[in-house]
Amino acid sequence: MRSNPKALTGLLLLGVFVVLAVAGPWLAPFDPSQRSSDLLLPPSSAHWFGTTHLGQDIFSQVLVGTRSVVFVGAVAGVVATVLSVLVGVTSGYLSGSAGEGLSALSNVFLVIPALPLIIIITSSLPQTSNLTIALTIGLTSWAWNARVLRAQTLSLRRRDYVEAARATGESTWRIIVFEILPNLTAVIASGFVGTVLFAVVSEITLAFIGVSDAGGWNWGTVLYWAQSQQALAQGAWWWFVPAGLAIAVLGTALSLVNFGIDEYVNPRLRGRTSARGVRMRVGFTPVLSEEAS
Amino acid sequence: MSFLLKRFAFYLVTAWAAVTINFLVPRLIPGDPVQALITKQRGQMTTEAVRSLYVLFGLDKNESLAEQYVHYLGQLLRGDLGLSFTFFPSPVADVIGTGLPWTVGLVGITTVIGFAIGTAAGTVAGWRRGSWADALIPITTFLSSIPYFWLGLVAIALLTGPASFFPAGGAYETGLVPGWDWEFVGSVLRHSLLPAVTILISSVSGWILSMRNMMVTVSSEDYVTVAHAKGLSERRVMVAYAARNALLPNVSGFALALGFIVGGTLLVEIVFSYPGLGLQLFQAVGAKDYPLMQGIFLIITLSVLLANLLADVAYLALDPRTRREG
Amino acid sequence: MSDRVLEIRGLTVQYGLGADAVQAVRDVTLTLHRGEVLGLAGESGSGKSTLAYGMTRLLPPPGVVRGGEVLFHTDDGETVDVLRMRDAELRRFRWAEVALVFQGAMNSLNPVQRVSTQLMDVIKAHAPRSSAMSRKARARELLALVNISADRLDSYPHQLSGGMRQRVMIAMALALEPRVVIMDEPTTALDVVVQRQILSTLAELRERLGFSVVFITHDLSLLAEFADRIAIMYGGRVVEEAASADLYRTPLHPYSDGLLRSFPALKGPRRELSGIPGSPPDLRAMPAGCAFHPRCPRAMDRCGDHSPELGVPTGHAGDDRTVACWLHPVV
Repeated sequence: MRSNPKALTGLLLLGVFVVLAVAGPWLAPFDPSQRSSDLLLPPSSAHWFGTTHLGQDIFSQVLVGTRSVVFVGAVAGVVATVLSVLVGVTSGYLSGSAGEGLSALSNVFLVIPALPLIIIITSSLPQTSNLTIALTIGLTSWAWNARVLRAQTLSLRRRDYVEAARATGESTWRIIVFEILPNLTAVIASGFVGTVLFAVVSEITLAFIGVSDAGGWNWGTVLYWAQSQQALAQGAWWWFVPAGLAIAVLGTALSLVNFGIDEYVNPRLRGRTSARGVRMRVGFTPVLSEEAS
Repeated sequence: MSFLLKRFAFYLVTAWAAVTINFLVPRLIPGDPVQALITKQRGQMTTEAVRSLYVLFGLDKNESLAEQYVHYLGQLLRGDLGLSFTFFPSPVADVIGTGLPWTVGLVGITTVIGFAIGTAAGTVAGWRRGSWADALIPITTFLSSIPYFWLGLVAIALLTGPASFFPAGGAYETGLVPGWDWEFVGSVLRHSLLPAVTILISSVSGWILSMRNMMVTVSSEDYVTVAHAKGLSERRVMVAYAARNALLPNVSGFALALGFIVGGTLLVEIVFSYPGLGLQLFQAVGAKDYPLMQGIFLIITLSVLLANLLADVAYLALDPRTRREG
Repeated sequence: MSDRVLEIRGLTVQYGLGADAVQAVRDVTLTLHRGEVLGLAGESGSGKSTLAYGMTRLLPPPGVVRGGEVLFHTDDGETVDVLRMRDAELRRFRWAEVALVFQGAMNSLNPVQRVSTQLMDVIKAHAPRSSAMSRKARARELLALVNISADRLDSYPHQLSGGMRQRVMIAMALALEPRVVIMDEPTTALDVVVQRQILSTLAELRERLGFSVVFITHDLSLLAEFADRIAIMYGGRVVEEAASADLYRTPLHPYSDGLLRSFPALKGPRRELSGIPGSPPDLRAMPAGCAFHPRCPRAMDRCGDHSPELGVPTGHAGDDRTVACWLHPVV
């Protein structure tokens, strides 16, 4: 990890968000829903991110909203990852029509546009809560990772040590758990991180169009109110900038972690390609001058 | 040709799956929100329209699930998607008909342009690794983490205003009559510029990253080394050998990612009040207009499938290994 | 001097820079004569492929050439150093003077371009004024050289067998009539029958066109037949160089002897197949003294502390044979 500054930065940022998710409601200076007479004020020392048209403190809304974002991201990520491992590894390991069928199933889910599907499901539910939103996202967004895992499993299955384990009569589930899964750890981790990112953006998008946990706050609800109260037309930039930046920073943190994993999995992406004034490039091997060497 | 036939069969299955999901969702979820809406509008609806909504949402409890399914499919095949509550009494099919061209024009064109620009930039970034091009990566990472719609909000706040060239919303100047004249077309272009740029900025970064990684991977292939050994020009090695091969996984990635991208771009329409399917979906969600929501989901799915088929044709043209002679 | 085509002097190639650098080729000096086949043999990791890629500056990152000279003598009597060339010069030089045939015939051809395109683009790059007609004619001619019918011009690589692909690569290598062709394990991935056919085509073409060959393989018995001279590499150094008949009959270095005992001989005296115990050295932690001594059946005390120099062994008439081994003190 030390040698991977990208992943380290990403993990640190993620850690901050998790702390805020846990401690946010205690840290918030105001009740996020509490109205006051400070209507639509720009950022000040009393209200760091300014106030809404009802005099609510936007800083508190963003802070309190972190919990819902992190919760939905984590739950959806876990659900989708478990499903993708089940479907992906099984379809990669099983030969014949069972494997093909599972693979076709994940392709179907991959091609169907996820967000509209999530919208029709969540808005048909009798009540929407963070949990139902997280579950809906998790149950509909496992297909991409399942596909990646299937491809990886297919290639692992042909490796010598797996063939050997099969030849010695080890049971299928033992081979999968002890020979195949450990080699998929990085891919699974990267899939999890990617799904969390997708789930967070989806939750915020849903909240932005008005599908969210009744009475709760997340960054998307802040943006929903900003949009529906014409914050832009009133010049209240502080209403939507903090929530958007929070999403961007969280997203960047997740992407950084994934870059770290990618470089770990694919060494070609790693490696310094220039140092000491020598640029390494494909096709023209540099020749060190006497001084540089 | 068997490649295309196989893909076509797969898309048929997917379309069937989407239709079936649409059929099942309202039936599996307890409560009949549609019933309440029908009751509310009853006085103004023809019995025929009520009948059609009953079939769509499984309100007729005397039918078995199988019977309902057969009726449902039959009705869809006739193009009857029910009545929209928001745009009452327009049929859903007509409502979608007015939104679809705007969405295809905005989302379709910008997605393709975004893919093209991103692939070109990613080619250079991957080829010139270890140079200034590496600076693109942190910038694009940050941009790709921002939701499309938020970028649109920022663009509106910064770039629009009473005196600005960019209008804050809509698809054309109010008061203009749609037609193929300069005034109208110019107005449409001016109105779509900002949403289009928003979509481009958000979507391009993903393609840059994936193409760059593919270029890095392909650059160490033997045939690229051979191309260098042959003394070909830098440009020729980069384009005809490295990028030409790196493009293949990117094209299949494009097809697979369409479903994700379309979701994000629809939101841009909401921010810019662009009268496409995204805005209609937003209105439908706000008004709990289930027939419209479901219709839009179906149409978007079918459009994505069609786009996938086109991507397959492109792949077929690009990769000789998928063509089978004779 | 006129019959020297390519001279490698003191070439050192490493992976990485600074403290983490690993030297894969150390101070190698070799000479290739006109019309000669020079065999380069050694186990994997001996540095033989790194040498080939390093001298042509095709080694991918993190490879760098640390130092040395790669001198090429042109027809006009000029001498150029490949390591001092600028990009444009190097591009002009490549393929026109030194062409390569790589290990993986499967992957050497661009999978999405037709055979004809790949044969013709190299001609176009070096003779931009040539007409498309003449390039096509030349491509047809080249395929004929390697016994492939002209209707294969429009094929894609995946439509050809492994042997055919390697023939196409050989045809491509000859496209600009280079003076040197470097071949890195050109037949390894092929079955024995195809391997034979390709080698005989190659021998015949060399006879006809008179180019020199650097032939890299781990299979010493193949070289005994095909090469004029053989250089044996171990741990990044040349440990023995001799005319192939001499090396085959009386290998001086225990490593050469071990290599010869690792493959069944195709002809000549039968040897007991014993192979070499142990595995090639880790380039990051090379043993002190002679790199081979931990595996050497005849190692002496001295081998562990002092590295033997490459030189003509005492008692050998002439200077056409060198070895780096304490068993054979050099003059």
